[in-house]
Amino acid sequence: MQKVWGIIPQDFPFTLMERFAALLDALVYTRSRNAKLKLLADYLRETPDPDRGWALAALTDGLDFPAVKSSTIRNLMGERIDPILWTLSRDYVGDSAETASLLWPNPEMLTEAPPTVSEAVDALARMTRANVMTELPRLLDRLDAEGRYALLKLATGAMRIGISARLAKTAFAQAFDVSVEDVEEHWHGQQPPYLALFDWAAHGAAAPSSEDLPLFRPFMLAHPLEDAQLDLADYAAEWKWDGIRVQVVRVAGNTRVYSRSGDDISGTFPEIAAALQVDAVLDGELLVRGVHQGGEEGGAASFNALQQRLGRKLVSKKMLAEYPAFVRLYDALIVEGEDLRPLPWHERRAKLEALVARLDPEHFDLSAVIPAADFAQLITIREGARDNAIEGVMLKRRDSPYVAGRKTGLWYKWKRDPLLIDCVLMYAQRGSGKRSSFYSDYTFGCWDGDPDSGAELLPVGKAYFGFTDEELKWLDRHVRNHTVNRFGPVRETDKSLVLEVAFDSVHLSKRHKSGLAMRFPRIDRIRMDKPAHEADRIETLKAMVRD
Amino acid sequence: MARDFSWIRPEPWGIHVVPADCWIDPSRPVDRALVTHGHADHARGGHGETVATPETLAIMKLRYATSEGAVPVAYRETLALRGGISATFIPAGHVLGSAQILLEHAGERIVVTGDFKRRPDPTCPPFEVTPCDVLITEATFGLPVFRHPPVEHEIAKLLAALAANPERCVLVGAYALGKAQRLIAELRRAGHHDAIYLHGAMERMCQLYEELGVDLGELRLVSDSPKADLAGSVVIAPPSALNDRWSRRLPDPVTAMASGWMQVRQRARQRMVELPLVISDHADWDELTQTVIDVNPAETWITHGREEAMLRWCQLNQRKARALALVGYEDEDD
Repeated sequence: MQKVWGIIPQDFPFTLMERFAALLDALVYTRSRNAKLKLLADYLRETPDPDRGWALAALTDGLDFPAVKSSTIRNLMGERIDPILWTLSRDYVGDSAETASLLWPNPEMLTEAPPTVSEAVDALARMTRANVMTELPRLLDRLDAEGRYALLKLATGAMRIGISARLAKTAFAQAFDVSVEDVEEHWHGQQPPYLALFDWAAHGAAAPSSEDLPLFRPFMLAHPLEDAQLDLADYAAEWKWDGIRVQVVRVAGNTRVYSRSGDDISGTFPEIAAALQVDAVLDGELLVRGVHQGGEEGGAASFNALQQRLGRKLVSKKMLAEYPAFVRLYDALIVEGEDLRPLPWHERRAKLEALVARLDPEHFDLSAVIPAADFAQLITIREGARDNAIEGVMLKRRDSPYVAGRKTGLWYKWKRDPLLIDCVLMYAQRGSGKRSSFYSDYTFGCWDGDPDSGAELLPVGKAYFGFTDEELKWLDRHVRNHTVNRFGPVRETDKSLVLEVAFDSVHLSKRHKSGLAMRFPRIDRIRMDKPAHEADRIETLKAMVRD
Repeated sequence: MARDFSWIRPEPWGIHVVPADCWIDPSRPVDRALVTHGHADHARGGHGETVATPETLAIMKLRYATSEGAVPVAYRETLALRGGISATFIPAGHVLGSAQILLEHAGERIVVTGDFKRRPDPTCPPFEVTPCDVLITEATFGLPVFRHPPVEHEIAKLLAALAANPERCVLVGAYALGKAQRLIAELRRAGHHDAIYLHGAMERMCQLYEELGVDLGELRLVSDSPKADLAGSVVIAPPSALNDRWSRRLPDPVTAMASGWMQVRQRARQRMVELPLVISDHADWDELTQTVIDVNPAETWITHGREEAMLRWCQLNQRKARALALVGYEDEDD
């Protein structure tokens, strides 16, 4: 059951800017994703146009006011408060907009009603560098401290409250009881304050048109294959490559690369965007050239190599040369205007194979179907691949259309069995949400040599899931009874407990003292039976690296 | 001739009134202590003789279970000390029993504010402006960003959250002496007359307030109440209990905290607070600076808090000031 939070009641506060300010504050103080969703959904439903659209744009970084810079705040305050008092205050609060909102002199009396969000956006958009120092104060004078904070955050675009585009879309869908896939489909190409989008979702108007735009289409996703065996007459098997899932879209010469969450990452991978010369919507795995996945034939480096390229806004030539990216294609959704999604997989596959032959081979290739005659043979092939870095196997129903989301029975992922290692619990931290009183985030380490001749533990990873509720209670009690040191919210334990940690792979990393970084570590078992000095050594973990 | 006020000497562990050989709010045991109020950083046990208001002495008795050497002094009653010193206790408006101490010697007047606030508080008499030569003031919230909103505004926020979440309780972290009782009294003043639930650590202090004439309405202990009764109720606990195991017995609490520090968003986030209530028993920046203006002393000495900004303000306003480096007075939970 979903938790109902909603700390902002409907009738409090009253004005639109106060309502937006209260939303911002509530989002700052709320940690749980569900609670954030509910706050946003309530706000979107209860707030009139065009305020809600502008607020949505502000929260998802869709606004930019060139006349207002972060230095504007400093300069404004420089005219109003002693610089030493400003610096002492700013240092204490840690945020210029918040400091200014608190320091701004409260007007003797409010002569004008507070601006709405859309009025403020209008005024901010009209400001120039020549008049911002007189116009921005006029807005601030109409607001109280919370309103000033919201306005300054809106103006400088530095919200930093953890709302992704995906979260905003999910909240939008929740607010108006429409499907998130439809929201995804209609969202792109719409401009703030998204009147057509609200008209469609809230009032049942026709959906906004999206032709000729390189839109993101929601991905088809897989369920884990538990212990089932499938008939390969009904299912095709492919390798599950260990990169990031992407969608490459080209419409009327415009190309975009989207990540799994629908974020536009074309700027990070310009060579991919430039390479697609056919109008199409393609689903595949973004990888870097190498030999770790599937050997020479597989042609892909480990996830670690791809990681060097992720999250960069500017890509140097050196980066492009050292970590050349390509997309291994899984599926085709649309090709040259024809929507293939209703077709069965085998028909889409035939069209995909025909298409790949026409694409730039340096940047696109095909994810091969594993030639297994039956499931028993697939098991053998999969185990033979145990030693390389492929994540596992995908099983796709041959007669299934391409449907958004995770529908039972169509696609399965059959991940490799995890790797295991025995580590020693070193530090613990309290969790959030329903785990807020429990020590549920664990940092664990391995020995850097022989523990009986003075070796030390080095942290190798951190995990906050994998255990049952009962085990969590036990671990929480263990941490409380074995604390030797406290650093703020972190407790250091006496390093007596062995945890069997499961993980998907381990990579070399300069960021960690141990020189290693695990992927998806989770607590597999509590080894109460094992003394700490028998836990594994760093060298054991290092031997599992496949970089 | 410049006066040096050498008969009073600030030391790191308290303010020494030299001719009377007594100390104000000493943080180590002394023969004779004058105590401004009952908070632990000002009122310690183990002194030979403790001079304080009857309310402060009752609070200290409750906390230290000893009342040897207690010398009660009523507000505005002047006490003759050794060495030609007289001391008068004057309401400070901080918590029940809290006092400023006016010291007089050879025509010179020095006021030690202790902790104080200027806003009305239904649980204690209000601060009184007392003219003097030296004002020794606190500065806990001595930064211009600290401007506490009206308490009614914060209480309305709390009641609104309560009404919006009938299946949950609102758990408010509040200092056990003063803040908790003021919060209850303000809730009553706002028309909230339902039973309020307490953490065990609050019980005896609330009882003492009631014995001393502060009406707090119906109070119940969380430990005596079934979980279902707590839904839709206000629960008050010490800040340390907010995210601790104790709170697991509550029905999905909205975590709130009543403190002046809640003004700053990151401070509230660090405490994992969902509903910050900016309610403080200390003077905010405007009250601190207004008090210096109202009292208009020849010199202002600042005992503890963010003294740099107060010093700067005094300098900008051509007022003579100095910071005293007293140790052990810092109130993270207020």
